[in-house]
Amino acid sequence: MTALLTAENLSLGYESRVIACGLNFSVGAGDYLCIVGENGSGKTTLMKTLLGLQEPLGGKVVIGAGLKKNQIGYLPQQTVIQKEFPASVREIVLSGCQGRCGLRPFYNRVEKQIAEENMKRMGVFELASRCYRELSGGQQQRVLLARALCATQKLLLLDEPVSGLDPMVADGMYRLISSLNREGITVIMISHDMAAALRYASHVLHLGANLFFGTKEAYLESEPGRLFCRAGKGESR
Amino acid sequence: MMMLDKLEMYIQYPFVRYALIVGVFIALCSSLLGVTLVLKRFSFIGDGLSHVAFGAMAIAAVLNVANQMAVMMPITIVSAVLLLRTGQNAKIKGDAAIAMISVGSLAFGYMLMNIFSGSSNLSGDVCSTLFGSTSILTLSKQDVWLCTVLSIAVVLTFTFFYNKIFAVTFDEDFAKASGTKADGCNLLIAIVIAVIIVLAMNLVGSLLISALIIFPALSAMRLFRSFKSVTVFSAALSVGCALAGILTSILAGTPVGSTIVAVDAAAFGICWIAGTIKGGIHS
Repeated sequence: MTALLTAENLSLGYESRVIACGLNFSVGAGDYLCIVGENGSGKTTLMKTLLGLQEPLGGKVVIGAGLKKNQIGYLPQQTVIQKEFPASVREIVLSGCQGRCGLRPFYNRVEKQIAEENMKRMGVFELASRCYRELSGGQQQRVLLARALCATQKLLLLDEPVSGLDPMVADGMYRLISSLNREGITVIMISHDMAAALRYASHVLHLGANLFFGTKEAYLESEPGRLFCRAGKGESR
Repeated sequence: MMMLDKLEMYIQYPFVRYALIVGVFIALCSSLLGVTLVLKRFSFIGDGLSHVAFGAMAIAAVLNVANQMAVMMPITIVSAVLLLRTGQNAKIKGDAAIAMISVGSLAFGYMLMNIFSGSSNLSGDVCSTLFGSTSILTLSKQDVWLCTVLSIAVVLTFTFFYNKIFAVTFDEDFAKASGTKADGCNLLIAIVIAVIIVLAMNLVGSLLISALIIFPALSAMRLFRSFKSVTVFSAALSVGCALAGILTSILAGTPVGSTIVAVDAAAFGICWIAGTIKGGIHS
Protein backbone atom coordinates (compact mmCIF):
# COMPACT_ATOMS: atom_id res chain seq x y z
CA MET A 1 0.00 0.00 0.00
CA THR A 2 1.36 3.43 -0.89
CA ALA A 3 1.53 6.04 1.82
CA LEU A 4 -0.39 9.30 1.53
CA LEU A 5 2.01 11.10 3.80
CA THR A 6 5.43 10.12 5.09
CA ALA A 7 7.64 11.87 7.63
CA GLU A 8 11.34 11.14 7.22
CA ASN A 9 13.58 11.92 10.16
CA LEU A 10 11.54 15.03 10.84
CA SER A 11 12.64 17.69 13.36
CA LEU A 12 10.18 20.28 14.61
CA GLY A 13 10.47 23.58 16.41
CA TYR A 14 10.70 27.33 16.16
CA GLU A 15 13.90 29.03 15.06
CA SER A 16 16.61 27.35 17.10
CA ARG A 17 14.42 25.65 19.68
CA VAL A 18 13.88 22.02 18.81
CA ILE A 19 10.67 20.53 20.19
CA ALA A 20 10.81 17.05 18.71
CA CYS A 21 13.29 15.29 16.45
CA GLY A 22 13.80 12.02 14.65
CA LEU A 23 10.18 11.48 13.72
CA ASN A 24 9.57 8.69 11.25
CA PHE A 25 6.09 7.58 10.37
CA SER A 26 3.79 7.11 7.44
CA VAL A 27 0.06 7.36 6.97
CA GLY A 28 -1.65 5.11 4.46
CA ALA A 29 -4.97 5.66 2.74
CA GLY A 30 -7.85 4.86 5.07
CA ASP A 31 -5.81 5.03 8.27
CA TYR A 32 -7.00 6.75 11.43
CA LEU A 33 -3.90 8.11 13.14
CA CYS A 34 -4.14 9.60 16.58
CA ILE A 35 -1.36 11.89 17.79
CA VAL A 36 -1.02 11.94 21.58
CA GLY A 37 1.49 13.37 24.01
CA GLU A 38 1.87 15.85 26.84
CA ASN A 39 1.29 19.59 26.43
CA GLY A 40 4.22 21.18 24.67
CA SER A 41 5.39 17.98 23.03
CA GLY A 42 4.84 19.49 19.60
CA LYS A 43 1.52 18.03 18.46
CA THR A 44 0.17 21.20 16.87
CA THR A 45 3.61 22.08 15.48
CA LEU A 46 3.76 18.66 13.85
CA MET A 47 0.37 19.21 12.27
CA LYS A 48 1.35 22.62 10.94
CA THR A 49 4.51 21.15 9.50
CA LEU A 50 2.57 18.35 7.80
CA LEU A 51 0.31 21.00 6.28
CA GLY A 52 3.28 23.00 5.05
CA LEU A 53 2.37 26.03 7.17
CA GLN A 54 5.75 25.80 8.80
CA GLU A 55 9.14 24.65 7.59
CA PRO A 56 10.62 21.61 9.34
CA LEU A 57 13.97 22.17 11.06
CA GLY A 58 15.27 18.95 9.57
CA GLY A 59 14.10 15.95 7.60
CA LYS A 60 11.12 16.18 5.27
CA VAL A 61 7.46 15.50 4.73
CA VAL A 62 6.76 13.51 1.60
CA ILE A 63 3.30 13.80 0.16
CA GLY A 64 2.41 10.61 -1.67
CA ALA A 65 1.21 10.15 -5.20
CA GLY A 66 -2.37 11.08 -5.90
CA LEU A 67 -2.58 13.74 -3.18
CA LYS A 68 -2.42 17.40 -4.12
CA LYS A 69 -1.67 20.26 -1.82
CA ASN A 70 -5.22 21.55 -2.07
CA GLN A 71 -6.73 18.19 -1.22
CA ILE A 72 -6.04 18.35 2.49
CA GLY A 73 -8.81 19.33 4.88
CA TYR A 74 -7.83 20.98 8.14
CA LEU A 75 -9.79 21.61 11.32
CA PRO A 76 -7.68 24.02 13.37
CA GLN A 77 -8.17 24.97 16.98
CA GLN A 78 -10.55 27.90 17.25
CA THR A 79 -9.04 31.34 17.32
CA VAL A 80 -10.24 34.34 19.30
CA ILE A 81 -11.07 36.17 16.07
CA GLN A 82 -13.58 33.52 15.05
CA LYS A 83 -15.59 33.84 18.25
CA GLU A 84 -16.82 37.28 17.23
CA PHE A 85 -16.72 36.94 13.46
CA PRO A 86 -19.85 38.11 11.67
CA ALA A 87 -20.32 35.37 9.10
CA SER A 88 -23.13 33.01 8.19
CA VAL A 89 -22.64 29.24 8.27
CA ARG A 90 -23.08 29.08 4.49
CA GLU A 91 -20.30 31.63 3.91
CA ILE A 92 -17.90 29.72 6.14
CA VAL A 93 -18.56 26.29 4.65
CA LEU A 94 -18.31 27.70 1.13
CA SER A 95 -14.90 29.18 1.98
CA GLY A 96 -13.67 25.59 2.19
CA CYS A 97 -13.96 25.46 -1.61
CA GLN A 98 -11.58 28.40 -2.01
CA GLY A 99 -8.63 26.14 -2.81
CA ARG A 100 -10.46 24.86 -5.90
CA CYS A 101 -11.03 28.34 -7.28
CA GLY A 102 -7.49 29.34 -8.13
CA LEU A 103 -7.72 32.85 -9.52
CA ARG A 104 -11.44 32.65 -10.30
CA PRO A 105 -13.10 35.28 -8.10
CA PHE A 106 -16.49 33.66 -7.41
CA TYR A 107 -17.80 30.22 -6.53
CA ASN A 108 -19.49 28.26 -9.28
CA ARG A 109 -22.55 26.05 -9.06
CA VAL A 110 -20.57 22.85 -8.47
CA GLU A 111 -18.84 24.36 -5.45
CA LYS A 112 -22.10 25.65 -3.99
CA GLN A 113 -23.47 22.13 -4.45
CA ILE A 114 -20.47 20.64 -2.62
CA ALA A 115 -20.91 23.07 0.26
CA GLU A 116 -24.60 22.22 0.52
CA GLU A 117 -23.94 18.48 0.52
CA ASN A 118 -21.34 18.78 3.25
CA MET A 119 -23.62 20.93 5.38
CA LYS A 120 -26.27 18.21 5.09
CA ARG A 121 -23.71 15.53 5.84
CA MET A 122 -22.68 17.30 9.06
CA GLY A 123 -26.27 18.12 9.98
CA VAL A 124 -25.88 21.88 9.89
CA PHE A 125 -27.91 22.62 6.75
CA GLU A 126 -30.81 24.04 8.77
CA LEU A 127 -28.34 26.51 10.29
CA ALA A 128 -27.05 27.71 6.90
CA SER A 129 -28.13 31.32 7.27
CA ARG A 130 -27.49 31.54 11.01
CA CYS A 131 -24.55 33.53 12.34
CA TYR A 132 -21.54 31.43 13.28
CA ARG A 133 -20.80 33.23 16.55
CA GLU A 134 -24.30 32.48 17.87
CA LEU A 135 -23.97 28.70 17.54
CA SER A 136 -23.07 26.27 20.31
CA GLY A 137 -19.54 24.86 20.51
CA GLY A 138 -20.57 21.52 19.01
CA GLN A 139 -22.41 23.18 16.14
CA GLN A 140 -19.41 25.40 15.42
CA GLN A 141 -17.11 22.39 15.22
CA ARG A 142 -19.48 20.64 12.84
CA VAL A 143 -19.54 23.76 10.64
CA LEU A 144 -15.73 23.80 10.54
CA LEU A 145 -15.70 20.09 9.79
CA ALA A 146 -18.09 20.67 6.89
CA ARG A 147 -15.73 23.37 5.64
CA ALA A 148 -12.76 20.99 5.88
CA LEU A 149 -14.72 18.38 3.91
CA CYS A 150 -15.26 20.91 1.12
CA ALA A 151 -11.50 21.06 0.74
CA THR A 152 -10.85 17.33 0.70
CA GLN A 153 -12.18 13.91 -0.11
CA LYS A 154 -8.99 12.17 1.01
CA LEU A 155 -7.23 13.47 4.08
CA LEU A 156 -8.48 15.29 7.18
CA LEU A 157 -6.20 16.79 9.82
CA LEU A 158 -8.00 17.58 13.07
CA ASP A 159 -6.45 19.56 15.90
CA GLU A 160 -8.28 18.68 19.11
CA PRO A 161 -11.72 18.56 17.54
CA VAL A 162 -13.53 18.10 20.85
CA SER A 163 -11.77 20.62 23.10
CA GLY A 164 -14.31 22.65 25.03
CA LEU A 165 -17.23 20.39 24.18
CA ASP A 166 -19.27 18.60 26.83
CA PRO A 167 -18.91 14.79 26.93
CA MET A 168 -22.16 14.00 25.12
CA VAL A 169 -21.40 16.35 22.24
CA ALA A 170 -17.78 15.20 22.15
CA ASP A 171 -18.93 11.62 21.80
CA GLY A 172 -21.16 12.56 18.86
CA MET A 173 -18.23 14.34 17.26
CA TYR A 174 -15.98 11.27 17.59
CA ARG A 175 -18.64 9.07 16.02
CA LEU A 176 -19.03 11.54 13.17
CA ILE A 177 -15.28 11.51 12.50
CA SER A 178 -15.21 7.74 12.73
CA SER A 179 -18.02 7.42 10.19
CA LEU A 180 -16.09 9.69 7.82
CA ASN A 181 -13.10 7.41 8.26
CA ARG A 182 -15.22 4.37 7.37
CA GLU A 183 -16.33 6.19 4.22
CA GLY A 184 -12.68 6.12 3.19
CA ILE A 185 -11.30 9.47 4.37
CA THR A 186 -7.91 9.24 6.03
CA VAL A 187 -7.88 10.94 9.44
CA ILE A 188 -5.00 12.39 11.44
CA MET A 189 -6.21 13.69 14.78
CA ILE A 190 -4.60 15.31 17.81
CA SER A 191 -6.35 14.35 21.01
CA HIS A 192 -5.98 14.64 24.74
CA ASP A 193 -8.67 12.08 25.28
CA MET A 194 -6.89 8.70 25.46
CA ALA A 195 -10.00 6.58 25.80
CA ALA A 196 -11.59 7.94 22.65
CA ALA A 197 -8.30 7.93 20.78
CA LEU A 198 -7.85 4.25 21.50
CA ARG A 199 -11.46 3.37 20.75
CA TYR A 200 -11.44 4.73 17.20
CA ALA A 201 -7.84 5.01 16.01
CA SER A 202 -6.02 2.44 13.92
CA HIS A 203 -2.54 3.91 14.54
CA VAL A 204 -0.99 5.94 17.34
CA LEU A 205 1.87 8.43 17.28
CA HIS A 206 3.13 9.30 20.75
CA LEU A 207 5.26 12.44 20.98
CA GLY A 208 7.47 13.26 23.95
CA ALA A 209 10.42 11.70 25.67
CA ASN A 210 9.39 8.19 24.59
CA LEU A 211 8.58 8.37 20.90
CA PHE A 212 6.26 5.70 19.62
CA PHE A 213 4.63 5.02 16.29
CA GLY A 214 2.68 1.93 15.37
CA THR A 215 -0.71 0.32 15.37
CA LYS A 216 -3.06 0.76 18.30
CA GLU A 217 -2.54 -2.84 19.44
CA ALA A 218 1.23 -2.45 19.51
CA TYR A 219 0.87 0.85 21.37
CA LEU A 220 -1.14 -0.74 24.17
CA GLU A 221 1.66 -3.28 24.66
CA SER A 222 4.45 -0.70 24.57
CA GLU A 223 6.11 1.09 27.48
CA PRO A 224 4.94 4.69 26.72
CA GLY A 225 1.46 3.42 25.93
CA ARG A 226 1.04 1.61 29.23
CA LEU A 227 2.40 4.57 31.19
CA PHE A 228 0.30 7.12 29.37
CA CYS A 229 -2.90 5.09 29.63
CA ARG A 230 -2.48 4.61 33.33
CA ALA A 231 -1.79 8.33 33.82
CA GLY A 232 -4.82 9.20 31.69
CA LYS A 233 -7.07 6.94 33.73
CA GLY A 234 -5.73 8.34 36.97
CA GLU A 235 -6.65 11.83 35.79
CA SER A 236 -10.16 11.11 34.70
CA ARG A 237 -11.19 8.83 37.53
CA MET B 1 -36.59 76.33 3.08
CA MET B 2 -33.71 78.65 3.79
CA MET B 3 -31.41 75.65 4.13
CA LEU B 4 -32.44 74.17 0.79
CA ASP B 5 -31.93 77.46 -1.00
CA LYS B 6 -28.53 77.79 0.53
CA LEU B 7 -27.68 74.24 -0.49
CA GLU B 8 -28.89 74.84 -4.03
CA MET B 9 -26.69 77.86 -4.25
CA TYR B 10 -23.63 75.97 -3.01
CA ILE B 11 -24.16 73.01 -5.32
CA GLN B 12 -23.66 75.36 -8.27
CA TYR B 13 -20.03 75.78 -7.33
CA PRO B 14 -17.76 73.14 -8.89
CA PHE B 15 -15.59 72.86 -5.77
CA VAL B 16 -18.62 71.73 -3.74
CA ARG B 17 -19.50 69.12 -6.34
CA TYR B 18 -15.90 67.92 -6.41
CA ALA B 19 -15.89 67.60 -2.64
CA LEU B 20 -19.07 65.55 -2.72
CA ILE B 21 -17.77 63.21 -5.43
CA VAL B 22 -14.42 62.65 -3.72
CA GLY B 23 -16.08 62.30 -0.30
CA VAL B 24 -18.44 59.58 -1.52
CA PHE B 25 -15.68 57.58 -3.23
CA ILE B 26 -13.29 57.76 -0.31
CA ALA B 27 -15.96 56.85 2.22
CA LEU B 28 -16.93 53.86 0.09
CA CYS B 29 -13.35 52.58 -0.24
CA SER B 30 -12.35 53.10 3.36
CA SER B 31 -15.34 51.19 4.69
CA LEU B 32 -14.76 48.15 2.47
CA LEU B 33 -11.62 46.92 4.19
CA GLY B 34 -12.75 48.14 7.61
CA VAL B 35 -14.40 44.86 8.55
CA THR B 36 -11.29 42.87 7.67
CA LEU B 37 -8.96 45.21 9.54
CA VAL B 38 -11.11 45.33 12.68
CA LEU B 39 -11.37 41.54 12.76
CA LYS B 40 -7.67 41.03 12.13
CA ARG B 41 -6.92 43.35 15.07
CA PHE B 42 -5.47 45.98 12.78
CA SER B 43 -7.86 48.80 13.66
CA PHE B 44 -4.98 51.14 14.25
CA ILE B 45 -3.20 50.53 10.99
CA GLY B 46 -5.16 53.41 9.49
CA ASP B 47 -3.77 55.69 12.14
CA GLY B 48 -0.22 54.42 11.80
CA LEU B 49 -0.13 54.56 8.02
CA SER B 50 -1.69 57.98 7.84
CA HIS B 51 1.10 59.31 10.02
CA VAL B 52 3.58 57.65 7.69
CA ALA B 53 1.84 59.41 4.83
CA PHE B 54 2.14 62.66 6.78
CA GLY B 55 5.87 62.12 7.20
CA ALA B 56 6.19 61.31 3.50
CA MET B 57 4.31 64.46 2.64
CA ALA B 58 6.71 66.50 4.74
CA ILE B 59 9.60 64.98 2.81
CA ALA B 60 7.88 65.80 -0.47
CA ALA B 61 7.28 69.37 0.68
CA VAL B 62 10.89 69.82 1.72
CA LEU B 63 12.21 68.37 -1.55
CA ASN B 64 9.81 70.65 -3.39
CA VAL B 65 8.31 67.81 -5.37
CA ALA B 66 5.40 69.04 -7.44
CA ASN B 67 3.39 65.84 -7.29
CA GLN B 68 3.31 64.92 -3.59
CA MET B 69 1.23 61.84 -4.27
CA ALA B 70 4.21 60.31 -6.14
CA VAL B 71 6.27 60.38 -2.94
CA MET B 72 3.52 59.54 -0.47
CA MET B 73 2.08 56.54 -2.27
CA PRO B 74 5.20 54.32 -2.50
CA ILE B 75 6.41 55.09 1.05
CA THR B 76 2.99 54.35 2.51
CA ILE B 77 2.62 51.15 0.52
CA VAL B 78 6.02 49.86 1.65
CA SER B 79 5.18 50.62 5.30
CA ALA B 80 1.81 48.91 4.98
CA VAL B 81 3.42 45.78 3.57
CA LEU B 82 6.02 45.73 6.36
CA LEU B 83 3.41 46.28 9.09
CA LEU B 84 0.99 43.62 7.89
CA ARG B 85 3.79 41.11 7.43
CA THR B 86 4.86 41.22 11.06
CA GLY B 87 2.18 38.64 11.92
CA GLN B 88 2.53 36.11 14.70
CA ASN B 89 6.20 35.26 14.86
CA ALA B 90 7.67 38.76 14.75
CA LYS B 91 10.01 40.08 17.37
CA ILE B 92 7.93 43.25 17.70
CA LYS B 93 4.19 42.58 17.84
CA GLY B 94 1.76 44.21 15.42
CA ASP B 95 0.28 46.85 17.71
CA ALA B 96 3.64 47.92 19.09
CA ALA B 97 5.11 48.13 15.59
CA ILE B 98 2.22 50.30 14.44
CA ALA B 99 2.55 52.60 17.46
CA MET B 100 6.27 52.92 16.89
CA ILE B 101 6.08 53.76 13.19
CA SER B 102 3.09 56.02 13.69
CA VAL B 103 4.56 58.24 16.40
CA GLY B 104 8.01 58.17 14.84
CA SER B 105 6.93 59.41 11.44
CA LEU B 106 4.61 62.02 12.94
CA ALA B 107 7.50 63.51 14.90
CA PHE B 108 9.88 63.19 11.96
CA GLY B 109 7.46 64.87 9.58
CA TYR B 110 6.73 67.77 11.90
CA MET B 111 10.42 68.29 12.55
CA LEU B 112 11.21 68.35 8.82
CA MET B 113 8.46 70.84 8.15
CA ASN B 114 9.64 73.01 11.00
CA ILE B 115 13.27 73.09 9.94
CA PHE B 116 12.92 73.44 6.19
CA SER B 117 9.55 74.98 5.53
CA GLY B 118 9.50 78.54 4.18
CA SER B 119 5.82 78.94 4.89
CA SER B 120 4.82 81.77 7.19
CA ASN B 121 1.85 79.87 8.58
CA LEU B 122 3.45 76.59 9.62
CA SER B 123 1.05 75.57 12.36
CA GLY B 124 -1.82 76.28 9.97
CA ASP B 125 -0.25 74.00 7.37
CA VAL B 126 0.32 71.23 9.87
CA CYS B 127 -3.16 71.57 11.29
CA SER B 128 -4.77 71.31 7.87
CA THR B 129 -2.73 68.19 7.07
CA LEU B 130 -3.67 66.54 10.32
CA PHE B 131 -7.33 67.48 10.33
CA GLY B 132 -7.84 67.98 6.61
CA SER B 133 -9.64 71.21 7.39
CA THR B 134 -10.18 72.80 4.01
CA SER B 135 -8.17 70.86 1.50
CA ILE B 136 -11.19 68.97 0.22
CA LEU B 137 -12.74 72.28 -0.83
CA THR B 138 -9.68 73.22 -2.85
CA LEU B 139 -9.50 70.13 -5.06
CA SER B 140 -8.61 70.57 -8.69
CA LYS B 141 -10.30 68.72 -11.52
CA GLN B 142 -7.18 66.58 -11.84
CA ASP B 143 -7.37 65.54 -8.17
CA VAL B 144 -10.96 64.50 -8.64
CA TRP B 145 -10.12 62.34 -11.64
CA LEU B 146 -7.20 60.66 -9.90
CA CYS B 147 -9.30 59.95 -6.86
CA THR B 148 -12.15 58.58 -8.97
CA VAL B 149 -9.91 56.26 -10.96
CA LEU B 150 -8.09 54.94 -7.88
CA SER B 151 -11.35 54.45 -5.98
CA ILE B 152 -12.89 52.47 -8.79
CA ALA B 153 -9.73 50.35 -8.93
CA VAL B 154 -10.01 49.70 -5.19
CA VAL B 155 -13.68 48.72 -5.41
CA LEU B 156 -13.02 46.39 -8.35
CA THR B 157 -10.05 44.77 -6.62
CA PHE B 158 -12.10 44.23 -3.49
CA THR B 159 -15.00 42.70 -5.41
CA PHE B 160 -12.68 40.46 -7.40
CA PHE B 161 -10.89 39.16 -4.30
CA TYR B 162 -13.87 39.30 -1.94
CA ASN B 163 -14.08 35.54 -1.36
CA LYS B 164 -10.36 35.19 -0.86
CA ILE B 165 -10.25 38.11 1.57
CA PHE B 166 -13.06 36.47 3.52
CA ALA B 167 -11.27 33.11 3.65
CA VAL B 168 -7.98 34.66 4.75
CA THR B 169 -9.60 36.90 7.37
CA PHE B 170 -11.68 34.14 8.90
CA ASP B 171 -8.96 31.54 9.13
CA GLU B 172 -5.54 32.16 7.64
CA ASP B 173 -4.12 28.75 8.53
CA PHE B 174 -6.99 26.89 6.94
CA ALA B 175 -6.84 29.06 3.83
CA LYS B 176 -3.12 28.37 3.45
CA ALA B 177 -3.49 24.66 4.12
CA SER B 178 -6.21 24.27 1.51
CA GLY B 179 -4.20 26.01 -1.18
CA THR B 180 -5.22 29.70 -1.09
CA LYS B 181 -2.32 32.07 -1.59
CA ALA B 182 -2.78 33.79 1.76
CA ASP B 183 0.48 35.73 1.64
CA GLY B 184 -0.42 37.24 -1.69
CA CYS B 185 -3.81 38.13 -0.34
CA ASN B 186 -2.32 39.87 2.71
CA LEU B 187 0.01 41.80 0.43
CA LEU B 188 -2.96 42.92 -1.63
CA ILE B 189 -4.83 44.05 1.49
CA ALA B 190 -1.78 46.06 2.56
CA ILE B 191 -1.45 47.79 -0.80
CA VAL B 192 -5.14 48.61 -1.04
CA ILE B 193 -5.25 50.00 2.47
CA ALA B 194 -2.23 52.22 1.75
CA VAL B 195 -3.89 53.59 -1.39
CA ILE B 196 -7.09 54.30 0.53
CA ILE B 197 -5.21 56.14 3.27
CA VAL B 198 -3.28 58.40 0.92
CA LEU B 199 -6.56 59.23 -0.82
CA ALA B 200 -8.41 59.80 2.43
CA MET B 201 -5.87 62.30 3.70
CA ASN B 202 -7.49 64.85 1.41
CA LEU B 203 -10.85 64.30 2.99
CA VAL B 204 -10.43 64.06 6.73
CA GLY B 205 -6.71 64.58 7.27
CA SER B 206 -4.35 62.06 8.74
CA LEU B 207 -5.62 62.07 12.33
CA LEU B 208 -9.18 61.10 11.53
CA ILE B 209 -8.67 58.39 8.90
CA SER B 210 -9.04 55.57 11.40
CA ALA B 211 -12.53 56.80 12.11
CA LEU B 212 -13.53 56.38 8.47
CA ILE B 213 -12.20 52.84 8.48
CA ILE B 214 -13.45 51.65 11.87
CA PHE B 215 -16.79 53.32 12.59
CA PRO B 216 -18.84 51.96 9.66
CA ALA B 217 -17.48 48.44 10.21
CA LEU B 218 -18.24 48.45 13.92
CA SER B 219 -21.70 49.91 13.35
CA ALA B 220 -22.54 47.22 10.79
CA MET B 221 -21.18 44.47 13.03
CA ARG B 222 -23.64 45.51 15.74
CA LEU B 223 -26.59 44.92 13.42
CA PHE B 224 -25.77 42.26 10.85
CA ARG B 225 -24.80 38.63 11.02
CA SER B 226 -23.22 37.65 7.74
CA PHE B 227 -20.01 38.92 6.22
CA LYS B 228 -21.71 40.06 3.04
CA SER B 229 -24.44 42.04 4.77
CA VAL B 230 -21.92 43.61 7.16
CA THR B 231 -19.74 44.70 4.22
CA VAL B 232 -22.62 46.09 2.16
CA PHE B 233 -24.21 47.92 5.08
CA SER B 234 -20.94 49.45 6.25
CA ALA B 235 -20.27 50.75 2.73
CA ALA B 236 -23.75 52.26 2.49
CA LEU B 237 -23.55 53.76 5.96
CA SER B 238 -20.13 55.23 5.30
CA VAL B 239 -21.28 56.92 2.08
CA GLY B 240 -24.39 58.26 3.80
CA CYS B 241 -22.40 59.65 6.70
CA ALA B 242 -19.85 61.27 4.40
CA LEU B 243 -22.58 62.99 2.38
CA ALA B 244 -24.37 64.17 5.51
CA GLY B 245 -21.10 65.34 7.03
CA ILE B 246 -19.97 67.32 3.99
CA LEU B 247 -23.35 69.00 3.54
CA THR B 248 -23.55 69.86 7.23
CA SER B 249 -20.09 71.32 7.21
CA ILE B 250 -20.89 73.48 4.19
CA LEU B 251 -24.13 74.74 5.70
CA ALA B 252 -22.89 75.18 9.25
CA GLY B 253 -19.35 76.22 8.40
CA THR B 254 -17.76 73.48 10.51
CA PRO B 255 -14.50 71.72 9.51
CA VAL B 256 -15.21 68.96 6.97
CA GLY B 257 -13.15 66.11 8.43
CA SER B 258 -14.30 66.30 11.99
CA THR B 259 -17.93 66.81 10.95
CA ILE B 260 -17.88 63.58 8.93
CA VAL B 261 -16.32 61.71 11.84
CA ALA B 262 -18.90 63.16 14.24
CA VAL B 263 -21.71 61.93 11.96
CA ASP B 264 -20.02 58.49 11.83
CA ALA B 265 -19.81 58.39 15.61
CA ALA B 266 -23.47 59.35 15.95
CA ALA B 267 -24.43 56.62 13.47
CA PHE B 268 -22.44 54.12 15.53
CA GLY B 269 -24.38 55.18 18.63
CA ILE B 270 -27.69 54.62 16.84
CA CYS B 271 -26.56 51.21 15.53
CA TRP B 272 -25.36 50.23 18.98
CA ILE B 273 -28.74 51.00 20.52
CA ALA B 274 -30.59 49.32 17.66
CA GLY B 275 -28.35 46.26 17.99
CA THR B 276 -29.02 46.03 21.72
CA ILE B 277 -32.79 46.26 21.22
CA LYS B 278 -32.74 43.76 18.36
CA GLY B 279 -30.47 41.38 20.28
CA GLY B 280 -32.78 41.68 23.28
CA ILE B 281 -35.80 40.66 21.24
CA HIS B 282 -33.91 37.85 19.54
CA SER B 283 -32.73 35.91 22.55
